Amino acid sequence: MKSLIQKLVETPGPSGFEYKIRDVIREAIGDAADDIRVDALGSLIAKKGTKTDHGLRVMVSAHIDEIGLMVTHIDDSGFVRFTNIGGINPLTCYGGRVLFMDGTRGVIGLDGLDRGKMPKLSDFFIDVGATSKKDCPVKIGDVCGFERPFLDLGKRMVAKSMDDRIAAVIAIEALKQLESTPHEVHFVFSTQEEVGIRGATTAAYGVDPDVGFAVDVTRSGDTPRPSTKMATALGDGPAIKVRDSSFIADPRLVDWMVKAAEDAGIPYQLEVLEAGGTDGRAIQLTRGGVPSGCVSVACRYIHSPSEMVDTDDVENAVKLLVKLLSEPIKLG
Amino acid sequence: MTKKFEVSTGIAPEIGASQIELLEKCCNATAVSGDEHEVRQIVLDEVKVIADEVKVDALGNVLATKFGRGDDRVRVMLAAHMDEIGFMIVKKHDDNLFEFECVGGIDERQLPGKSVLVGRDHLPGVIGAKPIHLTTAKERKNKIEVSSLRIDLGPEIGEKVKPGDRATFATRFELLGPSIRAKALDDRLGVATLIELLKHAPDNIDLLAAFTVQEEVGLRGARVAAYAFDPDMAIAVDSTPAYDLPHWDEEDENVQYNTCLDAGPAIYVMDRATIADRRLVKLLTETGDQEGIPYQFRQPGGGGTDAGVIHKTRSGIPSTSVSIPSRYAHTAASIARLDDWANTLRLLYAALTRVTPELLAGERRD
Repeated sequence: MKSLIQKLVETPGPSGFEYKIRDVIREAIGDAADDIRVDALGSLIAKKGTKTDHGLRVMVSAHIDEIGLMVTHIDDSGFVRFTNIGGINPLTCYGGRVLFMDGTRGVIGLDGLDRGKMPKLSDFFIDVGATSKKDCPVKIGDVCGFERPFLDLGKRMVAKSMDDRIAAVIAIEALKQLESTPHEVHFVFSTQEEVGIRGATTAAYGVDPDVGFAVDVTRSGDTPRPSTKMATALGDGPAIKVRDSSFIADPRLVDWMVKAAEDAGIPYQLEVLEAGGTDGRAIQLTRGGVPSGCVSVACRYIHSPSEMVDTDDVENAVKLLVKLLSEPIKLG
Repeated sequence: MTKKFEVSTGIAPEIGASQIELLEKCCNATAVSGDEHEVRQIVLDEVKVIADEVKVDALGNVLATKFGRGDDRVRVMLAAHMDEIGFMIVKKHDDNLFEFECVGGIDERQLPGKSVLVGRDHLPGVIGAKPIHLTTAKERKNKIEVSSLRIDLGPEIGEKVKPGDRATFATRFELLGPSIRAKALDDRLGVATLIELLKHAPDNIDLLAAFTVQEEVGLRGARVAAYAFDPDMAIAVDSTPAYDLPHWDEEDENVQYNTCLDAGPAIYVMDRATIADRRLVKLLTETGDQEGIPYQFRQPGGGGTDAGVIHKTRSGIPSTSVSIPSRYAHTAASIARLDDWANTLRLLYAALTRVTPELLAGERRD
């Protein structure tokens, strides 16, 4: 599993430009799915299982895009100005390394480093080693992600874009390990979540599920002086989301997920996130409404180039997802 | 509805005297978000003689379809918004002075002293503020809050105004050599362009023309128009700011110009609402390169167009936007170049003639 995680986190794929990630996922799924299709916004949808009398059409959504940068201007000396794709924290930029979709690499610099002031994104630039506009290999509209290699610390794993490639891995593993299901499951590897859950919105409309789950990372409250106090902690198991700031999980689903985890002896924790949003909201508000929940993986340093998750949490998230999909879903 | 004359398919549209006259009529009309009646009437008069189907939907969008010929036609939606930013009368105060609010994102710094036209009858008024010799130094430091401004139409005229009436800047359209000076170039330029494209709609596609409402207050008309049309692809045609003036006090380059006048139609790769489908961007750039039509890229970043809601409709619609650049957007008077408008029209027309089912057959990639 770790080599798949490494492959996925090290492949660039900012929102709107997920095509390389789709190729990796298609290869990883192999012929484990009954059907694979790609929709109009680029989401990859892998179907498995046939709906029985006790079954439902279930959508599982893990987003495959990451935050990144898009080139807005090349100046006369070949320095590259950019804008953000998704939520970029200026603190994470200075000295960062970026990888463009065509393989070009660069470093992020900063205008007049005034240590007293928090810089804006427009104060930064990317240096790809060009000396003029003419010899600069990138142009307006080109896209890059942060570059940092995957780091295996044993119990913990660190990489950029654990948000949300770790969930993509969990979904792929669950798809492959799912031996029998009463449901018709649509594993959606959704695009453009970071810019407003766009891929999940259109994918959910197309799938038209009876029930849905997002799989995403969530913050943890286990670092020194976290910005919000949270009970969620690395190593305490996959998190069953109660709510975040964009979405209240269906309480019937939360209860059912808790019961399933307890039945199967899978460690779990409950998550209340006073921030953030996931594909869960998009699924819940589709068409006439869909009961939705979310399985989360606690993660430190989200939207930095070094996001950290717990290996056991990831393995248990796979087990939990397989358990949830293997049996009828009882709502209340 | 019956067509009253043959459409000139196969002939590329150009900007001539009658196109400019139509643009003038559109720009001088009042159509603030939520009451697009005056522009809608102009649009209906133009399109009902050329379109195969015309409908006004529940929100007031004009949905006009021109069917092509042959099998496997791609359904292409083009959207241009009929509404403009403006004002709404909120409350009448003593002496026929009217408190008002802004509709859409108006630059509030440049309101005092502007002439306005109120209501469907275009009643003339002025936005007044406290005379300068009665202000304190502290007051003069900040912009005047809209709540302190009043629209003054004087007696008699003022009697005819009531809360809920909409108002626009009184700027009249004028040609200044190669330039156009008018209010509401955003998006009457798009409206005029879309009318012209309908007249010249090529045979290889079904052209679904949406003249939308309420774009400036949240892309609302386009949301339902896209749901109704359910097209294969969409392009929003709008007008976007050109901040291409030099920096007065620095030697640095202007790196945040958004677009430049005289550089041609501005193709969107990303704004705050949409990440463009690159297949459509490629169609536009290849068309421009092959036909020798100049174009530029709008700097990725903020802002949004009707494409922002269109591309998320139903199970998703490949979309992008093309805009005619204009300086001083969302103020009383904007400036655009005739050539930029003409090249936008040429680029869109030529691109439409190149649309085939193969364009969208594969996956969305780079």
